[in-house]
Amino acid sequence: MSRELSQGLVPIGGATAEIASDGRLTILPDARDGGLARRLRQPHALAKRLFGTPSDAAITLVCAALLAWAAVPLLRWTILDATFTGTTRNDCTGTGACWVFIRARFGQFMYGFYPAGERWRVDLAGVILLVASGLIAWPGLPRRRLAALLALVVLPPLGTWLLYGGLGLRIVETREWGGLMLTAFLSIYAAIIAVPLGILLALGRASRLPVIRLISTVFIEFWRGVPIIAVIFLASLLLPLILPNGAGIDRLARAVIGLGLCIAAYMAEAVRGGLQAIPPGQAEAASALGLGYWRTTGLIVLPQALRISLPALTNEFIALVKNTSLVLIVSIFDLLGIAQAALADPAWVGKTWEAYAFAGFIYWLACFGLSRWSRRIELKAARISH
Amino acid sequence: MTLAATLRDRKVRDVLAQAAVAIGLLALLVYFVRNASENMLKAGIASGFDFLWRQAGIDVQFQLTGYTSASSNLGLLWAGIVNTLLISAVSIAAATALGFAIGVARLSRNPLLSGIAGAYVEFARNIPLLFFVLIWYFGVVASLPAPRASIGLFGIAFLNNRGLTIPLPNEAAPFGHALLALAAGIALQLAVVAWARRRQERTGKAFPVWRSGLLLVLGIPALAFIHAALATAWDVPALRGFNYRGGFVLVPEFVALFAALTTYTAAFIAEIVRAGILAVPKGQIEAAKAVGLSPSQTLRLVTIPQALRVMVPPMTSQYLNVVKNSSFGAAIAYPDVVSLFMGSALNNTGQAIEIIAITLALYLAISLAVSAFMNWYNARIALVTR
Repeated sequence: MSRELSQGLVPIGGATAEIASDGRLTILPDARDGGLARRLRQPHALAKRLFGTPSDAAITLVCAALLAWAAVPLLRWTILDATFTGTTRNDCTGTGACWVFIRARFGQFMYGFYPAGERWRVDLAGVILLVASGLIAWPGLPRRRLAALLALVVLPPLGTWLLYGGLGLRIVETREWGGLMLTAFLSIYAAIIAVPLGILLALGRASRLPVIRLISTVFIEFWRGVPIIAVIFLASLLLPLILPNGAGIDRLARAVIGLGLCIAAYMAEAVRGGLQAIPPGQAEAASALGLGYWRTTGLIVLPQALRISLPALTNEFIALVKNTSLVLIVSIFDLLGIAQAALADPAWVGKTWEAYAFAGFIYWLACFGLSRWSRRIELKAARISH
Repeated sequence: MTLAATLRDRKVRDVLAQAAVAIGLLALLVYFVRNASENMLKAGIASGFDFLWRQAGIDVQFQLTGYTSASSNLGLLWAGIVNTLLISAVSIAAATALGFAIGVARLSRNPLLSGIAGAYVEFARNIPLLFFVLIWYFGVVASLPAPRASIGLFGIAFLNNRGLTIPLPNEAAPFGHALLALAAGIALQLAVVAWARRRQERTGKAFPVWRSGLLLVLGIPALAFIHAALATAWDVPALRGFNYRGGFVLVPEFVALFAALTTYTAAFIAEIVRAGILAVPKGQIEAAKAVGLSPSQTLRLVTIPQALRVMVPPMTSQYLNVVKNSSFGAAIAYPDVVSLFMGSALNNTGQAIEIIAITLALYLAISLAVSAFMNWYNARIALVTR
């Protein structure tokens, strides 16, 4: 009953909340509640909520004024007074945003300095990723587990080969990578390290063997205690030192390893929440049937625990996507970094807000989408258990 | 017993497995250390901690410790620690206030108010903190007016693109006395609470402890502070030529980092507050009414204690996150401990291992102290269940 309250699934009153490492706290909606949509379908009740009492009316008016004060200029800047077509900054004659800047730099925002002639490789890698994850998410796929496992083994090296090159493809050094593709690459490859390691660490922390438990706990608490920025510094400075010929390790690979190790600790805590939710009777029953530790864990405990911790794992993944932006510190230009770099272009001086707004919007879309998706899984699970 | 039988024994196998893991890890560690010492020898990097006493030779724009470029690296470290703690403390205070307001607004019956609060939360927590830092620094603070056209705050503080200039008292002693009054008030109030509890247990008569608290913890110290503020002369900034003289300048990096940490963290705190309030089941409040408690008694004795049980642990880890996240200042060169020590001092001395170890140890010490507090608190407030 010590750390559980600060992370993982937490019962609050009648409902359940879930707390991720960055403190993201999600209150799981009651599956039986129709929510806002149902309430809005009753216009009479809505009017009463807005103007029922004098104080309600006052709050409504203040909020409406606030909205008008903030939303109207925002709408005018982003859309009504903005310039969308053209090629140079001279085409931006309106008082609103100059989206021409984003158009002109769109390739860089997506691919960084990846050579234009080779960008089809990035697109192909993205399409393969989307198709594969779509197929695996589709319940009708025959032999889904095998397919997922196969995808996990085959796709990461395939992706690296497509992006980096070699074996017949022109080599594109990682310093030419950037933009959205780099954000996606960092997030996915760090997660590929973090999830399996996190599961092992969570099992280690729940182990009955004291040495294993101690090692896992120290590892987890160490990475959770230090800022991610320090982790990125650490990876880029220490990895070359502690490996033979370490200076030859790619800069990007260092960042992936650092992020992966650190996020693994957070993932481990997410899985631990799931492990703790499995009644001990499950493992006892399995071992009564004669299953050993690994088969009990792999066949009985983990499948159930992972299903419970999937939303928490998704939240950790969101935190990871947001934190990849920190590689800016070691001059790797992901989406936010490339926005920052684009501002230095003398042809587009002063387009700060456009660059940040565009980059921020893409981050927001990705993270919000992921959080909605994990919410849906939770709701489904809640419906099944009711 | 034969060897095969010995190997099948569970206890023996446990010991062997743990020994294998421990030896494997130790071997890995030895391997890393050997590589590091070889690589450092090759690169001619010194080792040891005597660099701490050598002159740092780095200029720091913003420091409170009397650091000069003639000070030692240890002095630089100390200046960084103080800056980290300063930005963390003020951001935590502001984020808590803003977060409470947003969290309560989100629970409002008024759909417009709760909608605005909800939209803010979903906006802020799905965007990287680095985005907030960059947009506040390069977007907002950079486009503030020049000193001559400063935005005045009550005529004593001035906000412009060179930072926020605030007045400073000429002597600190009266404030020291006010702080003493505050400490004495808190101690006295604790004594009153203990006495009141004992009396209530003995006689059943309640004592209005919150009234004495208002007087002892808020009233008298507030008077002392007001007296101190009136008794000392103030160094109020005034415009001389192109800039402000006098007072104390909070650099633009400080202002931007403060604004970023506050606006980002407030969204997470708002969710914690909402969860805390939702955590108290309706039945509890109805039951309190049924046994004849007044609304204010219900709030103090039923609602707040139960809401706090849910809120304090995630709130503590959120505060810890602010301390860790203050290192994002490195992206805009706010002189915190990461940017001064892991950045500048490391660049100057090249002693990566020592500097990384010291910095991480600092953060780990803070984390472990907070964890220890949290475990103590959780044990104290844990529900006694049978």
